[in-house]
Amino acid sequence: MKDPFINRKYIVMALVITGFLALIIRLFVIQIVKDTYRLSADNNVLRYVTQYPARGLIYDRNGKLIVSNQAAYDIMVIPSQTSVIDTAEFCALLDITKDIFRKQMRTAINYSRRAPSVFLKQISDANYARFQEKMFLYPGFYVQPRTLRKYSRPVAAHILGYVSEVDEGLIKKNPYYKSGDYIGKSGIEEAYESELRGQKGVKIFMVDVFSRIKGSYADGSMDTVAVQGEDIISSINIDLQEYGELLMKNKRGSIVAIEPSSGEVLSLVSAPDYDPGLLVGRIRSENFARLQSDTALQPLFNRALMASYPPGSTFKPVNGLIGLQEGVITEDTKFGCDQGYLFVGCHLHSSPLNLPQAVANSCNSYFCQTYRRVLENKKYGSVEEAYIHWKSYLNQFGFGSRLGTDFVNELAGFIPPASYYDRFHGKNRWKALTVISLAIGQGEIGTTPLQMANMTAAIANRGFYYTPHIVKAVGHEGKIDPKFTLKHTINIDTAHFESVILGMEGAVGGMAGATARVAAIKGIAVCGKTGTAQNPHGKDHSVFIAFAPKDDPKIAIAVYVENAGFGATYAAPVASLMIEKYLRDSISNKAMEQRILELNLEENIKEDETEHKPVE
Amino acid sequence: MKRSINLWNSLDKTSVILFLLLVIMGWFNIYAAVYNEEHTRIFDLSQRYGKQFIWILAAIVTGIFALIIDNRFYFFFAWFIYGFLMLLLALVLVFGTEINGAKSWFEFSWFSLQPSEFAKFGTALALAGYLNTRRHDLTRWKVIIPASAIILFPALLTALQPDMGSTIVFIALFLVLFREGMSPYVFVSGMLAIILFFLTLLVNNFYLSIALVVLALLLIWFATRRWKIALGGGIIITIITAIFYLINHYVIQSIDNEIILLTAVLLSGLLVSWYIYVKKAIAVFVIFLFLLGSLVFVNSVDYGFNHVLPDHQRDRINILLGIKSDPHGTGYNVNQSIISIGSGGLTGKGYLQGTQTKFKFVPKQSSDFIFCTIGEEWGFLGSFVVIGSYLFLLLRLIFLAERQRSVFSRVYGYGVVSILFIHVFINIGMAIGIVPVIGIPLPFFSYGGSSLWGFTLLLFVFLRLDASRNEYLV
Repeated sequence: MKDPFINRKYIVMALVITGFLALIIRLFVIQIVKDTYRLSADNNVLRYVTQYPARGLIYDRNGKLIVSNQAAYDIMVIPSQTSVIDTAEFCALLDITKDIFRKQMRTAINYSRRAPSVFLKQISDANYARFQEKMFLYPGFYVQPRTLRKYSRPVAAHILGYVSEVDEGLIKKNPYYKSGDYIGKSGIEEAYESELRGQKGVKIFMVDVFSRIKGSYADGSMDTVAVQGEDIISSINIDLQEYGELLMKNKRGSIVAIEPSSGEVLSLVSAPDYDPGLLVGRIRSENFARLQSDTALQPLFNRALMASYPPGSTFKPVNGLIGLQEGVITEDTKFGCDQGYLFVGCHLHSSPLNLPQAVANSCNSYFCQTYRRVLENKKYGSVEEAYIHWKSYLNQFGFGSRLGTDFVNELAGFIPPASYYDRFHGKNRWKALTVISLAIGQGEIGTTPLQMANMTAAIANRGFYYTPHIVKAVGHEGKIDPKFTLKHTINIDTAHFESVILGMEGAVGGMAGATARVAAIKGIAVCGKTGTAQNPHGKDHSVFIAFAPKDDPKIAIAVYVENAGFGATYAAPVASLMIEKYLRDSISNKAMEQRILELNLEENIKEDETEHKPVE
Repeated sequence: MKRSINLWNSLDKTSVILFLLLVIMGWFNIYAAVYNEEHTRIFDLSQRYGKQFIWILAAIVTGIFALIIDNRFYFFFAWFIYGFLMLLLALVLVFGTEINGAKSWFEFSWFSLQPSEFAKFGTALALAGYLNTRRHDLTRWKVIIPASAIILFPALLTALQPDMGSTIVFIALFLVLFREGMSPYVFVSGMLAIILFFLTLLVNNFYLSIALVVLALLLIWFATRRWKIALGGGIIITIITAIFYLINHYVIQSIDNEIILLTAVLLSGLLVSWYIYVKKAIAVFVIFLFLLGSLVFVNSVDYGFNHVLPDHQRDRINILLGIKSDPHGTGYNVNQSIISIGSGGLTGKGYLQGTQTKFKFVPKQSSDFIFCTIGEEWGFLGSFVVIGSYLFLLLRLIFLAERQRSVFSRVYGYGVVSILFIHVFINIGMAIGIVPVIGIPLPFFSYGGSSLWGFTLLLFVFLRLDASRNEYLV
C-alpha cells in the first residue's frame, strides 16, 4: 500500500543532519576559532619548577673567602599525596612535637592540597640525614635543598649586609622574585644583588590530575639552566676588619680605612655591630627582631655611613688648604694666639705659629683668622660670595652630598648653603665672624666618618680622590663600575698639600706642641690630625684622621670614638694600631693595644643616657 | 545452504563496515584514554582496552548470531522479548546494585549487566510489532496512546533507577511515531515545551508569565483583527490581578505573584466564556487554552525543578544554562572536557599525546567522555571523521528502513536510527557543552560490554531483517 507519510523521512534526515551540524559547528568554534583551551590544557598539565642558582661568593681583597653558601634542607609536603603515617615516629625523626606537626599540616592544607608547601624550614644536617633514609615511609613529603649564607668569620656584618626572603610589596614591583625567594638587604648583598643572585632557571614537568610529576616536558628542550651568581671580590682586608672590630668592642663609633691610590675601602667598622651569622636560617627572623628593637645599642645602625658629626679640628687642614689656594695666607704666614681668638678659645701653646705648626698644634686662632681672611677676601664682592666659593672647595672634597659609593644607605652630610644663614640673619646681614666656628669644624656643619676618610685620602693623594667603594671586582674577570676609576681632582695646588701634610706629620711625629704623639709608629711616617666633635648630649666624641706612610700613602683612616673626649685620647691610638696592623701586620706598642682592648666606654654611655634622658 | 549464501549476498556490507570501523576506532581510543606506561600491550586483559577487546569479540559473535537467527523469530517473539526485558528493568530496581546513585546494574560474581541497554532493543522491537499489527494508523488517539505506552513504560522504569540518560533515549522513540504518521503538532508542542522549560529556568517566572499573557493577547488581536477584544481581555486580567495582588499583599501575604496571575487568567477566562460561546470564537478559545496551559506548565516546571528533580540533575542543568558557574564542582567534568577537546585544534596533539586525557584530567574518559580523547588527540579533523561516520551510518540506516516492504522492519529500523542518533547527539553534545551532562555511552565507541552488545544486537537484528526484506514475514 502507499505510505502517506513517506516524505517525513526527509524531516527525519534533516533532523539528524541538523543535529550533527550543530555538533560540528560547536567543535569548529572550540577547536579552531578559540585558542584559549590549549592554554588551559597547558596550565593544567605543566609545572614550572624553578631551579635556584647558587648565590655568588664574597672574597676579601686578598682572596680570603668571607661569605660562602651552605646547604639547608626544607621539608616540603603535598597534602593530597600523604597517607596515614606513624606520627609519633615521624615527629621523633624531625625533633618536633605533635602539636607542631598538626599545626604545620593544617597550614599546608589551608594553602593548597595539591601544591607543595614548606612543612619545616631548614632542618639540621643530622635530621636531614635521618629523614633521608626513612623518607620512603612518608609519601607526600620530600626534601627541597636551599642555599643559605655562611660567614667564615663573625665580622663585617655592616659591609656584607644580609639576605632575607622577599616581601609581598617587592614581588608585586619586581616580577623576577617569587614568594620564598631570597634577596640581599643592605651592604654588598643589596648593592650587588643583581650580580650575586645569578639567573634562575626553570624545568618544565608534566603532571597528572593529582599533581604527580609524569616526566619532563618536550624532553627538556624548553627548560632553562640556572646561571650561578657572580663572585664578588671585596676591597676590604678581612684581617684588618676583624682587628678594627676587636678594637671597637665595648665602644661606640666607627673606623673607615681607605686605600688612597684607588679609593678602595680597606675596612669599615661601625660599633656596636653584630655577628652576621645571626641573620641566617631559622633563627633569622627572631634575631632580626631583637637587633631591631635594641634601641640602646642600635647594632643595625651603620654609623660609618649614616652618622653625621661636626668634624671638629680634623677639618682644619682643609681650611688651611683653602686659605693657601685663595692666596690669603702662605705656608709662612704667622698668626699670634693668646689662648684664643675673640670668643673662640684655644689651649696654651707657643705663639705665633706658621701653618704647619698651627696644624700640628691645632691652633684655633690661626684657623679663625685664616677663615676670616677667606671670607673677607676683597676678590669677592661680599662675604656671601666668598662663602659660596669656600663651600665649593668643600664640595670638591666630597662634603655636603653623597659620595656615590656602592653602599646603599649613605648619608649626604650637611654643609650649610649661604641661604641657610640668610634665613637666620637676613640677606647680607651676616659676616665672617657670624660663621667663624666653621673655621674649626664646629657649628652647623655635618660630615660622616666615610666622608672624613675620603678627605684624608684626598690629602694623602695631594689633591685627588677616587670615589670610595667596597667592591674591588665583580666576578673573576674583574669587572668594576667605571665611576670608581674616575679621578676626582680638587682645585688646590699640590704644593699647598705638602704644607698641610707637613703639619699633620708634625702632629704625630713630635713637632713642638704636637697633639697626636700617641699615634706615632716607629719607622712609619704617620700624618694625622686630632679632632673633637662636639656632642650636645654628653661627653664629646674623639676623632682622628690619619694616613701613612707620608710618601706613597697606603692607608687613609678616619676614627670616631663616641663619648670619649679629646681626639688624642682614644681615636688616635685606634688609628695608629689600625695603620700598623695594616702596614706591618704586627703591633709594636702592646701596652697601648691592651689599653684600647680593655677600654669599656659603655659605662660612660650609660651615664650619658641617664643624664640626658628625655623628659616624659 | 542456499539460505546463508543469500544472507551474505543481501547483507548490507556498508553498515557492517561502518560498524567495524567505529568499534575499532573506539578500541584504539579507549587504549589512549587509559594508556599508561606500565601496561602498553593493547591486549593486556588487566586493563580496560584488553577487556574491550574481549567485549568486541563477543559483540561480533552476538552480531553473527543475530544474523543467523530466522528473521521471523524477531517478529513473533517481539512481545516476549519486550516483556522479558521489562521484567528485568523492574527487577533491577529491586535487586540491582547501586552505582553512582542509580540502580542500573545487576552484579554477578564475574560480570555485571545493565538491562536498560538491551531494553532499548526490546522496545524498538515491540513498537515495530504493535504498529505492524494495528495497521499503524497513528492519526488516531486509539493507536497513539498504546504506542506511547510501549515507549513510556521503560522510560518510567529507567527514570526510577534513576537513569535520566536512558529515559531520554526511550522518549526519542517518539521520532518513530512521527515518521509513522503522528500529528506534527504533538511534536511542535513538545519542542515549545522544551523552549518554555529553559525560559522558566532562566527568566523570572512572573515576568515570563506576563510576557505569555501579552503574547496571547497579541495573538488574539491577530486572529480576530479586533483590537477591542484584546484590549478588553487585557484590562479584565489586569484588574483581577490587581485586586488579588492587594488582597494577598495586605491579608494572606504568602502567595506567589505568578500564581495570582494564573488565577486571574483563569477567572478572566470564565468571565469571557459566554462571549466565546455566543460568538463561536474558536481561535480565541484555542489561544486561551494555550495561554493557560503555558502558565500551568511554567509553574509546574518551576516546582518540579526546585522540589522534585534530584540535586545533581538540577546542578547539571544549572551549569549548562550558565546559572551556576562552578569549575571545580559539578561543572569540572564539562569544563575539563571542553578544554581537552578545544586544545586539540585542527589536527590534534597526536595519538597517545593528549595531555588532558593521559594525565586523567577528565573523569570517565573511556566511557561517557570518550569523545575527549578523539577531540584532543585527533583534533577537529578526527572529530569530523567520527561524526561523519555516524552521520553516514544513520543516513544509510534511514535509507535501509525506507526500502523495507514490511511496516515491522521499517518501524524497527527507525527505532534503531532514533536510539543511535540520540545517543551520539547527547554524548558528544555533553562533551562539548551544548547538552547537560547525561551519562549515556557513545554507541560502539565507549568502554563497556552491556552497551556494546546492546547496540550490536540492535543494529544486527535490523541488518538481518533488511537482508530478508523481500521475504514475507507472515
